[in-house]
Amino acid sequence: MAIEVRVPTILRNYTGGQKAVTAQGGTLAQLIDNVESANPGVKERLVDESGLRRFINVYVNDEDVRFTGGLATEVADGDTVVILPAVAGG
Amino acid sequence: MRLYPRNVLTIEQAIRDAIVAHARRDHPDEACGVVAGAAGSDRPTRFVPMRNAAQSPTFYEFDSADLLRLYKEMDDRDEEPVVVYHSHTATEAYPSRTDIGLAQEPGAHYVLVSTADGAHEGEGPVAFRSYRIVDGEVTEEDVTVVSSYAEGG
Repeated sequence: MAIEVRVPTILRNYTGGQKAVTAQGGTLAQLIDNVESANPGVKERLVDESGLRRFINVYVNDEDVRFTGGLATEVADGDTVVILPAVAGG
Repeated sequence: MRLYPRNVLTIEQAIRDAIVAHARRDHPDEACGVVAGAAGSDRPTRFVPMRNAAQSPTFYEFDSADLLRLYKEMDDRDEEPVVVYHSHTATEAYPSRTDIGLAQEPGAHYVLVSTADGAHEGEGPVAFRSYRIVDGEVTEEDVTVVSSYAEGG
């Protein structure tokens, strides 16, 4: 078992074009580190010093992690994590 | 990496009109949405107006839950966001610095509509322009309006 992470178009150049990767971890932060180890560069696009980047949305089983503890959100085998860049502008 | 050589947005009149109507309706707040189409087709067919969670005359953002729903729906239908549109309600139909900084769909046609100068009232013409925004670089493209894709190609 593992955790499926769905990757948006703009980050697929880090995953060899793959729409989804599998990874492991007990929290979202660990999961992202695990994804980073196989797909270097992706982490910097997701997080900064203060945590998850403002215009990146991450959902664990359809729940926006902003409401569930951000990078500390717990994840487990069988979960689905979706990464979506915000659609926003001025 | 995929290349994006196309430099024309071809769009049906009815969809163009729906985007303009949405922009007029939400004025003075910015209106936003997508037109989805079959992946790889470059043909915007399914008009999806979105709620501007920012409810602002100077900013737009899709609501986070709506965004997830939209992308799952497109995924299920094998669609992609062929057009991402929003309105400017006091400035021209050109991507702002914020638009450029936040553009994260390199494959999309970014459509800008301006309802400035009274255009929202249904009298003046509404500016309707399209751009690619890739890695912070903006390229305007032509817009071809057809009565239907079957005829206009």
